[in-house]
Amino acid sequence: MPRCDATHTPPREGAVRIPSGCAISGIMDKSGARHDGTDILKSIALMHDRSNGLGGGFAAYGIYPEYKELYAFHIMYENQEARKATEAYLDAHFMCEKQERIPTEPVRSIVNPPDIWRYFLGPHPVKLSMSGQDEAEYTMLHVFHINAVIPGAFVASSGKNMGAFKGVGYPEDIGSFYRIADYQAWLWTAHGRFPTNTPGWWGGAHPFTLLNWSVVHNGEISSYDTNRRYVEQYDYECTLQTDTEVITYLFDLLARRHGFSQEMAAHIMTAPAWDKIDAMEPSRAAFETALRNVYSSALINGPMSVLLGSDEGLLALNDRLKLRALMVGEKGSMVYLASEQAAIEVVCPDIENVRSIDGGVPFVVQLDEVAARKAQESAENTFCDLCRPAQLVGVVPQASKKAESMRATGGQRADAKWAEGGQNHA
Amino acid sequence: MKRIYAIEAWCVDCKRCEVACKTFHSKSRNTVKALKAEFPPPQNRIRVEGGRQLSIAVNCRHCAAPKCVEGCVSGAMTKDPVTGVVSTNPEKCVGCRTCVSMCPFGCVRIEETFPKAVAFKCDLCGDVLGQPGEPSCVTACPNNALIYIESEG
Amino acid sequence: MLDYLLPRYKVLREDDLCVKCGVCERSCANDVHTLDEEMDAFLIDHKKCVNCQRCVVMCPTGALAITNWPQVGNGSNNWTLAAMQEIAKQSQTGGVLLTSMGNPKPFPIYWDHLLLNASQVTNPSIDPLREPMETRVFLGARPEALKVNEREHLVKTPMPPQIKLDVPVMFSAMSFGSISLNAQKSLAMAAQELGTYFNTGEGGLHKDLERFGAHAVVQVASGRFGVDTHYLNAGAMIEIKIGQGAKPGIGGHLPGEKINAEVSRTRMIPEGTDAISPAPHHDIYSIEDLRQLIFSLKEACRYQKPVAVKIAAVHNVAAIASGMVRAGADVVVLDGFRGGTGAAPTRIRDNVGIPIELALAAVDRRLREESIRSQASLVVAGTIRSSADIVKAVALGADAVYCASGPLIALGCHQCQDCASGKCNWGIATQRPELTKRLNPEIGAQRVINLVKAWNHEVQEMMGGMGINAIDSLKGNRLMLRGVGLNEKELDILGVKHAGE
Repeated sequence: MPRCDATHTPPREGAVRIPSGCAISGIMDKSGARHDGTDILKSIALMHDRSNGLGGGFAAYGIYPEYKELYAFHIMYENQEARKATEAYLDAHFMCEKQERIPTEPVRSIVNPPDIWRYFLGPHPVKLSMSGQDEAEYTMLHVFHINAVIPGAFVASSGKNMGAFKGVGYPEDIGSFYRIADYQAWLWTAHGRFPTNTPGWWGGAHPFTLLNWSVVHNGEISSYDTNRRYVEQYDYECTLQTDTEVITYLFDLLARRHGFSQEMAAHIMTAPAWDKIDAMEPSRAAFETALRNVYSSALINGPMSVLLGSDEGLLALNDRLKLRALMVGEKGSMVYLASEQAAIEVVCPDIENVRSIDGGVPFVVQLDEVAARKAQESAENTFCDLCRPAQLVGVVPQASKKAESMRATGGQRADAKWAEGGQNHA
Repeated sequence: MKRIYAIEAWCVDCKRCEVACKTFHSKSRNTVKALKAEFPPPQNRIRVEGGRQLSIAVNCRHCAAPKCVEGCVSGAMTKDPVTGVVSTNPEKCVGCRTCVSMCPFGCVRIEETFPKAVAFKCDLCGDVLGQPGEPSCVTACPNNALIYIESEG
Repeated sequence: MLDYLLPRYKVLREDDLCVKCGVCERSCANDVHTLDEEMDAFLIDHKKCVNCQRCVVMCPTGALAITNWPQVGNGSNNWTLAAMQEIAKQSQTGGVLLTSMGNPKPFPIYWDHLLLNASQVTNPSIDPLREPMETRVFLGARPEALKVNEREHLVKTPMPPQIKLDVPVMFSAMSFGSISLNAQKSLAMAAQELGTYFNTGEGGLHKDLERFGAHAVVQVASGRFGVDTHYLNAGAMIEIKIGQGAKPGIGGHLPGEKINAEVSRTRMIPEGTDAISPAPHHDIYSIEDLRQLIFSLKEACRYQKPVAVKIAAVHNVAAIASGMVRAGADVVVLDGFRGGTGAAPTRIRDNVGIPIELALAAVDRRLREESIRSQASLVVAGTIRSSADIVKAVALGADAVYCASGPLIALGCHQCQDCASGKCNWGIATQRPELTKRLNPEIGAQRVINLVKAWNHEVQEMMGGMGINAIDSLKGNRLMLRGVGLNEKELDILGVKHAGE
């Protein structure tokens, strides 16, 4: 519809796709020892110029050891109604052990922050068993529902023993706002965002998370819509239209549902070029060909540098052509990654083995205990939850019902799909 | 030496080679001017024999031991010892037709032209090949029925 | 009976340029030009001219051009000259109007309403001269997920048969019989060189072309001409042809005069008999019958070759395509209503079917909605005119395209729409030896190779501009497309935004 400029407000992220550049940083202790957020704050603050004050955030793993069996939901609310609706929804589908406001501190540059709460909860056992889904799938779909349906509410993170702290502002200000120096984590990632345009909003800041995954990313992938339409076949809803979101879903699909190691998932996303494959010995070439073939739509193209956090550790990945900077350095059990070398050296001046991550070669850092466990496990992937997304099954096509009854049951999304109908060709 | 070969299977009887040959051996090297205005009219050396069903370009093979040279009474017909090209010198030619009768391939013709009747035959476009580096008939052929390739002898 | 039909074309001869060499006369199988020695001038029979432009191209002095017959109509938008001419033809002959090539009517061409994206500032474009730019495509079913041993780098899931294309374009089905052996051989040689495939059409595989079997798609159509186990195993892929974009819902008819000894042997029918392909396959009256044929063919090739099913894009194409995938088709081929043909009833060609762009968008969406998109590849045909059309088709969701008219034009075809006469002056749609020899496959193959290589370079340039270096990432990437001059419904069906959004 034509609209007068005066009333035209720029669309929020999700309604449109907004390209952005970024700074990313990650610090991990492979031994699993936990460190406070001071270093990550210093590291991302150094790269101040790589963000423009429209988004910053942190992901931290190992911060809630006392509730490590429960999902920790960080939820942002625009208003009281959103909280009421969300909590009612959570009550219906989850058992909540504890809920509290996330402690924050006023920061001058951060105006009008949302109301931010955290919940430690587990799936409602009866509902879970009735759903036929596993715990992760069940939780994921309800997080999708809250983010897609309840106005003014946004689940910022939903993993176990981890959390995301993010918002509109420079990352160092966001860090102070959330008092992240007070948390103890064995893995920290951070993100400073430089979107080209957008009225910033808190949910759109990064890291992007899903269950235990957290992703920070610098780049703008050109394969976005191919990747989006691929994951949407498997019931992921790309509501934010960001690279980070779709990369996270790809990891979830490949690593959790198809059972690949994170490294293999990353390898699939940055598959070797055909001329490299053609030069491999035949059985390896057949292996790589099959992977590229089956996961052709999971290939990521265009500039990308990604840090993927999970309960296993950290994975860093650059696009095949190495179109974005990403540096790594080590010191004892510590591993540091950042968009700029300076952001590593500022927190660890005597860093060793500093180098740039190769394009298309996943760089994996696992917790020592995870690495030891994985070495014992089978190298074959096991599918989980390959079942199709809820099929459109009904007892009677909605369109055949009278208009009144339509109204009575209206408003459910499935109805629209029913009405579309399929023609029988039996 | 490089010679022109005609391939019957691909000859489509269009005779573009003849036109190109005439043009190349004209004064103006412009087809319209050469064929409509020049006197004496330029003569083609290559000729297409046959009809629509079956046709082939007939052209000098620049034989290793050319019969036409052997038979020439005036010393007009010679084979260049360096290039191997067999050519005729119209100044010396007396139009006696010995070469015509000697050639086993029917590739020499006597044409009544100004100021006297002389022999005409392919000279592989003389000192200068046509563009692009091929005899003009080969370039003009639409179907690779004339090819210009290296061969023995 | 006096023929009321007017000539369609007028041959213009520039006397100042004409050198009366007679190349035009000898080039025309329709006997349009005759050099009259007494008059020392050309007599021209304009009525016989089909505008194939052979004489225009062959004339050494550029003295010829073809124009429309200058007769004006009465100015009516209803009774145009063309409409009246068709009536004149039918009242003369009492026959169905026959024509060739694709729908020429001014229906919207959606390719021309779609624009491509390019990278600026926020991400870099990629230079195909500096970076690998991959256009390799595989066609065939693929499992939804792969089981592997990561340490040993072994695939555990059995991989279904697939074919590999180095360029995202194949040559669509044109049978030996409808086109000459030289034309088919040109395409076969080009396919081999380019790492892609030609399609036998339903005319069988001539023994001379069996050596190109690794680059052949062998077609099984309703006439089943030339089909036996040897044939089915001679190619790289089997294609069941249900319908053709140019003539959905009707079969084919190759007149007996084109069934010479070679065509007869290849089609396995007697010499001189008409080769009639029924409108439907008489063993496929429903979707479950299709499944049986698909699996019969898979059995016949011991599950070693993918089986494609080709349909014309018709109104209910999305549901039909979904059914085809569920019936076991490894590749779904959609042929749009602008697709070409050697012969079709004019009314069918011009009025039946839907545009390929809309069919493609609808099918790709439906297969994704049903989560069966990865079970089959999607190939589209029906006026792919340039590399830009290929890029747009892939971005809409196709794995690859089929293209026939383009390569035919490379071979010399000028789309005169007179294939059915059997007098193709370019040696393509004819079996007359004096005409077929006009197409030397060495030249034909080279021209087609040049064309496809040029297209592929352009595809790579466009992909590079978008910041994409593998065609995998272009497939279904509709965000790389914007519509111009399309209404909301069209944009919705195409699944693209309008330019400026």
